[in-house]
Amino acid sequence: MSLLAVRDLSARYGDFQALFGVSLEAAEGELVAVIGANGAGKSTLLRALAGAIPSSRGAVELGGRSVSGLPAETLVGLGMVLVPEGRKIFPSLTVEENLQVGAYRGRPGPWTLERVHALFPVLRERRAEPGTNLSGGEQQMLAIGRGLMANPRLLLVDEISLGLAPLVIRRLYEVLDAIRAEGTTLVVVEQDVSQVLAVAQRVYCLRKGAVSLEGVPAQLGRAQIAAAYFGT
Amino acid sequence: MGVIGPNGAGKTTALNVLAGRLRPDRGRVVYQGRDISGTPAHARTRAGIALTHQIPHPFEAMTVFENVLVGATHGGGRAERAAYAACHEALELAGLVAKANLRAGELTLLERKRLELARALATNPRVLLLDEIAGGLTEPEVLAMVEVIRRVRGRGVAIIWIEHIVHALRSAVDRLVAINFGATLIDGPPDMVMASPEVQRVYLGIDVA
Repeated sequence: MSLLAVRDLSARYGDFQALFGVSLEAAEGELVAVIGANGAGKSTLLRALAGAIPSSRGAVELGGRSVSGLPAETLVGLGMVLVPEGRKIFPSLTVEENLQVGAYRGRPGPWTLERVHALFPVLRERRAEPGTNLSGGEQQMLAIGRGLMANPRLLLVDEISLGLAPLVIRRLYEVLDAIRAEGTTLVVVEQDVSQVLAVAQRVYCLRKGAVSLEGVPAQLGRAQIAAAYFGT
Repeated sequence: MGVIGPNGAGKTTALNVLAGRLRPDRGRVVYQGRDISGTPAHARTRAGIALTHQIPHPFEAMTVFENVLVGATHGGGRAERAAYAACHEALELAGLVAKANLRAGELTLLERKRLELARALATNPRVLLLDEIAGGLTEPEVLAMVEVIRRVRGRGVAIIWIEHIVHALRSAVDRLVAINFGATLIDGPPDMVMASPEVQRVYLGIDVA
C-alpha cells in the first residue's frame, strides 16, 4: 500500500503557479527520487507536502488518511517531516538544542540523540556550540539529524547532499538505505542524478511544475531521462 | 586554484580571512606585495578581492540589475556611468542579461548563484573567492557555471574556488589545495592531489590499503 499518495497537486506563489497537477506515490520503505532542473518545482513540491506552503488544489494522503491542508506542525506529529533547502538552523540554539527541536512535535521511535550522534559524530563533538557556528556542510548534517529526530514515517529531504564532502555523502546514502530498510520512507531531491538513481526504487522527474517522467530507475534509459529533464 | 577538504576543515574560514570578514590570530595576508591583514573587508573589496557566499542573500525586493549595481558602486567604488557599464558586463558574463529587470526574490537557485557571481564581478575583482558557487546546481548547470568561471579566468582574474564537485573543479583549476583540520594537507597539480592516499582516505572515503 502507498504510504504517500498525492493526486493532482497544484501550488502557487501569489500569481505565479509553480505546480500543475502533480501526482505521486511512495510505498512504505521506498526511497523516491525527485529530479529535475532548477526551477522545475522540486522544492515547491516538498514544501507543499510538508504544509510549509498551501496547495491550491489536489489531495494528499498519508497512510490512507487525508492530510490535505493540515498545518506543518500537525503533519510532523503524523510523521511527515521536511529537511528544508538552505538548512534553516536556529542561530540562537546550540547544536544539541537544534536536534531536540526536531523531536519536539515528533513521534517516538528509534531515532535519538545517540543515534544521530553516531551518524554524524561532529554533532556530538560540537553539541554545546551555537548551531550556526558549524560549517556549511556540518549545518546540512544538523538539518538532516534534526529531521530524523522527529522519527518520521516519511522524510522529505531537499538538496540532500548540498555542501557535503564525498566521504560524508557516501556514508549518508548508506545510512539512508539502512533507515529505509527499517521502514522509513524517503522522498529525496538530489542534483546528482546518477547518485540518487543508484539507490532509489522510484523516480519522478519534474519539468515546468509537472511530472515529465516516472518509473523504476533500472527500467529507464539515459536518453529517456535526459528527454524528460530537458524537454527535448 | 581549487580548495577541497572534509566538512569543517576550515575552507570557508580561510576565504573569510582572505576577504577580511575574520581576523587571523597569527600570520599575514599579503596582496600585491602589501600586508592587508588589518584591512577591513569593504576596503579589500575596493582593492580587488571579491567573495561569493555559499547561500546567496540578494536584496530580494530589488531587481537583479540593482543588486549588481550595489556591487559596482559600493563594492567597486565606481561612479554612475562607469557603474552601469560594469553591471552590464557582469550580467553578460554571468548569463543574466535577460533577467536584469526581475526582482531578485523571483530567481531560481541557478539564477541566484549567477547573481551572486555577477555582484562579485561588478566590483571589478583581481582575485575572486568562490565558496561552493556550483553547490546545489544540476549537472548541466554545473557545466554551464564552469564555462562562466573559465571565461572570468580568461580575463586574468585569479580565482580561489571551494567546491565539493570534484570533476567541476578539476576541469577548471591549475592547482588544487586539500585542507584538513585547519591545515594544508597537500598542495599541487589536481591529478597529484586527487591521487594522494591521504586525500582519498579523509575526503573521498576510499579505503587505501
